[in-house]
Amino acid sequence: MAREVIAKSGQYRGVSPNMADYETERASFTWDEARRSLDGLPAGRGLNIAHEAVVRHARGPRANHVALRCLSRHGDHEDVTYAALDERSNRVANVLDGLGVRAGERVFALMPRAANLYAVALGTLKHRAVLSPLFTAFGPEPIRQRLDAGGGVALVTTPSLYRHKVASIRDQLPGLRHVLLAGEPDAAVNEWPEDTEDLTSLLEAASRDYEIGPTTPEDMALLHFTSGTTGTPKGAIHVHDAVVSHYATGRLALDLHPDDVYWCTADPGWVTGTSYGIISPLVHGVTTIVDESDFNAQHWYQTLEREAVTVWYTAPTALRMLMQAGAAMAQEYDLGRLRFIASVGEPLNPEVVVWGRDVLGLAIHDNWWQTETGGIMVANYVSMDIRPGSMGRPMPGVEATVLAHDAQGEIEIGDDGAAIEAAVDQEGELALRPGWPSMFRGYLNNPARYEACFAGGWYLSGDLARRDADGYFWFVGRGDDVIKSAGHLIGPFEVESALMEHPAVAEAGVIGVPDPLLGEVVKAFVSLNPGFNPSEDLRLELLGSARQQLGAAVAPRDIAFNQNLPHTRSGKIMRRLLRARELGLPEGDTSTLESPT
Amino acid sequence: MTTDEARNLMRSVLRPIAPEANLDDVAPGETLQEALDLDSIDFLRFVTGLAQATGHDIPERDYETIATVDGCVAYLTSLT
Repeated sequence: MAREVIAKSGQYRGVSPNMADYETERASFTWDEARRSLDGLPAGRGLNIAHEAVVRHARGPRANHVALRCLSRHGDHEDVTYAALDERSNRVANVLDGLGVRAGERVFALMPRAANLYAVALGTLKHRAVLSPLFTAFGPEPIRQRLDAGGGVALVTTPSLYRHKVASIRDQLPGLRHVLLAGEPDAAVNEWPEDTEDLTSLLEAASRDYEIGPTTPEDMALLHFTSGTTGTPKGAIHVHDAVVSHYATGRLALDLHPDDVYWCTADPGWVTGTSYGIISPLVHGVTTIVDESDFNAQHWYQTLEREAVTVWYTAPTALRMLMQAGAAMAQEYDLGRLRFIASVGEPLNPEVVVWGRDVLGLAIHDNWWQTETGGIMVANYVSMDIRPGSMGRPMPGVEATVLAHDAQGEIEIGDDGAAIEAAVDQEGELALRPGWPSMFRGYLNNPARYEACFAGGWYLSGDLARRDADGYFWFVGRGDDVIKSAGHLIGPFEVESALMEHPAVAEAGVIGVPDPLLGEVVKAFVSLNPGFNPSEDLRLELLGSARQQLGAAVAPRDIAFNQNLPHTRSGKIMRRLLRARELGLPEGDTSTLESPT
Repeated sequence: MTTDEARNLMRSVLRPIAPEANLDDVAPGETLQEALDLDSIDFLRFVTGLAQATGHDIPERDYETIATVDGCVAYLTSLT
């Protein structure tokens, strides 16, 4: 099956693709030309994401086009036009201004998927403050860490999320000057929490007009946190110039056309949900579906049919859950308006690509990118043949390669100082030539970790891959201990630290275990302090405590006791060995293993 | 199955998935996912657990009914 090719030709459900031929586009594409397709701020005042995403449409013929169709949990919907979104986000910018939030300061959003979140995101960008979105399934600890590391001065959330996740950590965040709550007071307590402000009334009182100040393309716009093998999550800095990538990838990799109804199922708390849930579709002036509900197979099919979605960007886990729900369910719905399906988050297995073709009537286009790249880097395109299981070929304007590793597992550098590229079909590290507009510009307050991402003139992704003779890239695995679960990166250190908060736990080692639905699931191994004995009750207590701190998205799904965690001689837990033993894989090089005592 | 039995079954299925969750914290109109901070994977495991415990297939179309405590209790008590 891996060698099957899904051939492409001609028109796609009556629409000519933006990119008729990959090779031709690649030969002629330049980022400067993509940049010229945007408007820029009036009077040469620079480039601002919010202007491209909403203001220019609100002041032109698309003013009354629906920008957002917001579907609430309760089954009703609200349409927000570009003109209305412009006005709402102006009010947000004025509120931030009134509170004394300055350009460059960080505003965090911890909000459900609804119109308010979009207004807050765009209003923050208009005000030239920096937007840092958080996922609502995070527990208090990941939220505290990110607000702290990101130097958040304002947080926008709901009364219920505030009570569940923020109130308990508020006193640990002295730099957080403002907490703005959007929505009704929490039914469970029925009063407004202390030291918070009511966003709704502030918005009502604010002016509906706002003029974006001068913004240089290199001004910081977004701060997205991502997890590494060690240490706390890093805040990847993105600038306003990233909108050039969001525009170009929306056009070429997602094939967005002005009349599309587009649905990105990712939560804006993750980079996909911001770059492709908020910015890219709005820059293209299309109608975006904003669905507050969580995954449910029937609800998703209903949404695709009822809203006549034409371009759909989703994730492997969701597609595999739809597959599990059965072909019969898919066939109850008319998905005839769908024209293009793309997927990102973890490698898409070939079975799902082919299932898309056979059951949904459209093959699924996997693509690859990460928080640091800010936008799609390698993709399968509407007009290019698909090799199921491959992430595709680099975006026009992006130079990607696979770099060879030396015997120590380091990037091999030649005598000329340049990194050595791997041969065809040889495994190595997926790397990109710096210079695309949405490349991260640093990790906040951590220049050393940023520098470590580059070698021999390339950005190193940390993902292992190979490239076939025709230039298609194939994902092989992570080059480090970071876990990819349900499309999200989870840092083992973050999970281990939370487990070790519990008095029973002496040490913890956290790994990813392959899972047919989620790609990998987080599994923890813990050793206990003297005086504690392994029991099912204790295991569940640790699981519950980790979930309360970290939230369901990050916490382990399974915990096992192990009093003999493997260590290096320097005392670090060898996660690689833990994983090899769990999965029955060869143990590899164990020369640094501490000898058993 | 009685109402009490249904609630007990829900508790025992939920415990290994989300040991910190307390069914009594869920208001009548709220969904389990919202009130107990379950993600969609947790919920899927919950439904699978109920199906195994009762020996009944629970089709996707019934998930919305099961999403609230009252809905889930009613669903379980109606199983024959």
